[in-house]
Amino acid sequence: MSEGVGVDLQDVWIKFGEFVAVRQANVNIKGGEFFSFLGPSGCGKTTILRAVSGFLEPSDGKILIGGNDMAGFGPNERPTALIFQNLALFPLMKVWENIAFSLEVKGASASERRKRADELLDMIALTGQGDKLPSELSGGQRQRVAIARALCAEPDVLLLDEPLSALDLKLRQHMRTELREIQKRVGITFIYITHDQGEALTMSDSVAVMKAGIIDQIADGKSIYDDPATAFVASFVGENNVFRGTVKKVTKDMAVISTNRTGDLRARIPASAQTKLSLGDQAMLFIRPEALDVTESKNKSDTRIKAKVHHSEFEGQGYNVFLEGSEGKEIKMSLTNRGETRMYDSGMELTLHYDANQAVALPAGELASE
Amino acid sequence: MKTDSLLIRIGLAFYLLLFFTYLLGPLVLMSITAFNSPSFPQATPWEVLTFEWFRVLYNDARIINGIKNSFIVGFFTVILSVIMGLAGALMLTQIWPKMRATFYTIIIAPILIPGVVLGISTLVFWDRINVMLGLSNDSFLHNGILLTVLGQSTFIASYCMLVFVARLQRYDTGLTEAALDLGATHTQAFRKIQLPFLAPAIGSAAVLAFLASFENYNTTTFTFGKYPTLTIELAQKVRYGINPSISSLAFIIVVLTVFFALAHEVRNRRAQLAIANGAPVGAVSAGFKLPKVFAGNPAAIILALFVTVSISLIAFAQFYDPEPAKAVLLKKKRAEQQKRIDALQKRLKEKRLQKIFKGPDIFGDGSSKVPQPPSKTPFGNVFDPGNLNKVAPGKEKPAAKPASPFGNVFDPGNLNKVAPEEKGKTTKP
Ligand SMILES: Nc1ncnc2c1ncn2[C@@H]1O[C@H](COP(=O)(O)OP(=O)(O)O)[C@@H](O)[C@H]1O
Ligand SMILES: [Mg+2]
Repeated sequence: MSEGVGVDLQDVWIKFGEFVAVRQANVNIKGGEFFSFLGPSGCGKTTILRAVSGFLEPSDGKILIGGNDMAGFGPNERPTALIFQNLALFPLMKVWENIAFSLEVKGASASERRKRADELLDMIALTGQGDKLPSELSGGQRQRVAIARALCAEPDVLLLDEPLSALDLKLRQHMRTELREIQKRVGITFIYITHDQGEALTMSDSVAVMKAGIIDQIADGKSIYDDPATAFVASFVGENNVFRGTVKKVTKDMAVISTNRTGDLRARIPASAQTKLSLGDQAMLFIRPEALDVTESKNKSDTRIKAKVHHSEFEGQGYNVFLEGSEGKEIKMSLTNRGETRMYDSGMELTLHYDANQAVALPAGELASE
Repeated sequence: MKTDSLLIRIGLAFYLLLFFTYLLGPLVLMSITAFNSPSFPQATPWEVLTFEWFRVLYNDARIINGIKNSFIVGFFTVILSVIMGLAGALMLTQIWPKMRATFYTIIIAPILIPGVVLGISTLVFWDRINVMLGLSNDSFLHNGILLTVLGQSTFIASYCMLVFVARLQRYDTGLTEAALDLGATHTQAFRKIQLPFLAPAIGSAAVLAFLASFENYNTTTFTFGKYPTLTIELAQKVRYGINPSISSLAFIIVVLTVFFALAHEVRNRRAQLAIANGAPVGAVSAGFKLPKVFAGNPAAIILALFVTVSISLIAFAQFYDPEPAKAVLLKKKRAEQQKRIDALQKRLKEKRLQKIFKGPDIFGDGSSKVPQPPSKTPFGNVFDPGNLNKVAPGKEKPAAKPASPFGNVFDPGNLNKVAPEEKGKTTKP
């Protein structure tokens, strides 16, 4: 990884009057990293980005870019470039003038600007479209113009505020790869904001998961998915079956939870939550649908749940089976389609198996509402 | 049902006719008076076509001076009002979002306050300032132009601000932020991003400010001092009686207004067409290709027609000389006058005769039979309008014979003719 410019948030609080939009954020973003903030809409992601780019000052705490405290520096004095949620392309300027705007304000000559704009147009595969107006481009093209405009300013840190949210699914997936490639090519730090966990997990080196102004966990995508630090992260990232209960037995990394309706279940305690569970505590146990199976796990930590099929759907690459546990507990199981004919009729009694290492036990907490 | 809708349609057409007559009638009538020769503005009786009143207008030093003052005042009012209006609008939309409602009320108040009050208060206020600064009575603060500009700007700036607020409400402040983020200073962001966005509004506000200033009377009447504007001059003129040179001024203003309204419409249409064709506006406006400009643009056609008519009217005025026609009219008038005098004399004579013979007045009122006056003027009766429909005396008799059972009763010429019997009676004695 190239030596880029890092960004640090140290005990950053941002308040709007009485309302606390960001609560004591501590983030360490390494130079050249692709870092994402992931969280539901309204949790304060844009606010953090605006504080980093200099549009608002934190109420408390420090923001460092490349180790320098940014307090008192305006957005035009920071080595950042922001790609706005609505792109904010200048509607009265041609595409090439948009792209070269950062050179224009520095006083570069028209020919110089045009040359640089054409280079960037080549890079974003819009060669020869420089003389159009932004309104004459498609959504995906406008998106790329916004990226080119930001890159033209040669920032040390590129900030992207849900840049793909306005695009359709196909284009979004295409742009994900493209963005990642651009980031690798230019080697600068990307701070990316999204409420789409798929985006965050596929593109990022690190992800910060936010809930209502609080950063719950910062880790790489796999850790976020496999070892969620809080009940919120477990329920927000990916799908999960949640079993509420109390801690019945606990070792360093294993716990038995006495669940309300499904009896005693075993699960692993993720590293970040160890020491946070003790006997008798309210707890939550999460099992991902793909961790459940109908065949017995060869692993010693195999655990069983009895359930009745409610209905099932065929999804091409697999089946989703919706079951009813004891006392009406809803459970979802995802099975991979391996070609065999398997029928799960309503009412069928099944014994579900899972590997206790693939389930996590966490202190009870707020869940993501979706 | 059908007759109903027909009735409604007729009613509607009638209403529209009334409406437009009400709206445009005075303007049309006034424009006509600018070309009629009588020295009081009148459209009917039409006498002689003349461009005299335009010359009178041009030679009227007070009107010309008033126009000059109006333009000077208008120019500075536009500058001051646009700047103040823009500043107010920016403040209202961007700087003090919390105090918006209060601020809005304060800034809109001058529009609601009567202009008379603004005029008096401007006068009093600046006079106070003048006294406070210890300046003499003829200092610059008593200058009519300055005071008028200040007085008018108090409320015209509010108009301008409304125009800017309307435009700014559609402005995405994210654009300014984006510019800042890309390294622009606040000044650069304003000049390169926000000002171009506001350009059309600045144009509208300037036009609005100029028109409001040009037509203002209420406020100006207190502040003009030694520099009466056009409205002041006109008002003063009316007091001593007017002549049609004022109509000619009004006509010029109407023509200019129509011209600019049409030109504006042409531009709008062109922009719309350009957008409809998916081409940038520049592509269409570049190069004046006649057929393309007119295609689908009725306003352009009307404009071209309008300009042609105006130019040909001006050209016509260059060589048209109303004097001969006027001389003819003068003679005609004299002749008519003479005729009336003669008729009066004749009646007096007749009355005297009747008194002598004591004959009954079998024709009732004697005045209904206008007698042929004897040719006392050197021109005879050639200018008598009645002659136009008369047949030469030699051919009169055969025409008088009734060729149809109805005789000649339906001949329109009869209206001006004196019945042959009557004629005989009146001429014979
Ligand atoms: N300028 C502001 N004044 C008051 N509240 C704000 C302001 N900007 C954002 N907020 C509030 O802060 C919270 C976080 O907003 P934001 O950062 O935009 O969320 P998101 O994660 O969707 O980008 C929201 O509840 C929003 O209403
Ligand atoms: Mg946001």
